[in-house]
Amino acid sequence: MFTLDETDLAIMRATQSGLPLTPRPYQTIAEQLGLSAEELMSRMVNMQAHGVIRRIGVIPNHYKLGYRFNGMTVWNIPDAVIDELGEKIGQLDFVSHCYHRPRHLPEWPYNLFAMVHGKSQAAVDQQIKVISELLGAYNQGHEVLYSTEILKKTGFRSAG
Amino acid sequence: MDTIDRLIINQLQSDFPICETPYQVVAERLGLTEACLIERLQALLDNGTLTRFGPLYHAERMGGALTLAAVKVPTERFAEVTALINAFPEVAHNYARSHELNMWFVIATESLDQQQKTITAIEQQTGLRVYNMPKLNEYFVGLKLEA
Repeated sequence: MFTLDETDLAIMRATQSGLPLTPRPYQTIAEQLGLSAEELMSRMVNMQAHGVIRRIGVIPNHYKLGYRFNGMTVWNIPDAVIDELGEKIGQLDFVSHCYHRPRHLPEWPYNLFAMVHGKSQAAVDQQIKVISELLGAYNQGHEVLYSTEILKKTGFRSAG
Repeated sequence: MDTIDRLIINQLQSDFPICETPYQVVAERLGLTEACLIERLQALLDNGTLTRFGPLYHAERMGGALTLAAVKVPTERFAEVTALINAFPEVAHNYARSHELNMWFVIATESLDQQQKTITAIEQQTGLRVYNMPKLNEYFVGLKLEA
């Protein structure tokens, strides 16, 4: 596994809330950290190659783009086929996150989580139908949990 | 939001280059000027259409531990438990959800050991069982939130 050193961590801290909107953004950060732009860029390329940086780009606010219906869909899928089906669900264009998580029997039988996003309740209902059809008989039960309130949201900047 | 804003949002969710003048490179690709691209990004950040612009880091590969956890909070204790759980700096996000498991939060720590300690402390302080649901596998998801 790739290990970050102190300089990588300093770069991470200096960039995790965003890149400067200056014509030479990497130069700007490098100057703040006392590095050359070349070293900073090569470390960022390296972090990206190792998946420490997932991507670089814009992160839109779902709500502002009109995606007001955000559901956490949870499914009970046989463990033997979960990876195969999880990959298929991840490919659907309305799924933003897709994870295998542990069950807590008997209260919580669900092991596959997929976040879906739509501009209307009808759109989300249709998305759930698509997932349900894709899973077919492997779907041994599902529920959809909608968020009713954001209780805390910190500046924590990385995705799980 | 106009056509240019949509173009920027749809084309720039990944692959922002690491090079000397990245805005210039992207602006050329989109048929804009560098100044226009920078101005638009600033405006989209200022009005909240974008929550952020920059690198998205992968917490576990930075050596940290991340998990999703849920609790069943009795309705009459909801405010009290919210305050207790939110007071933990390790709790990054917390959402009320429509289910018997009605509170779902993300715990971000530097190690698995700290994660377990945080869960134990939450259980002790609230008297509620924490259902810990760390991810066992993550499936590839393309990026496609269309503006």
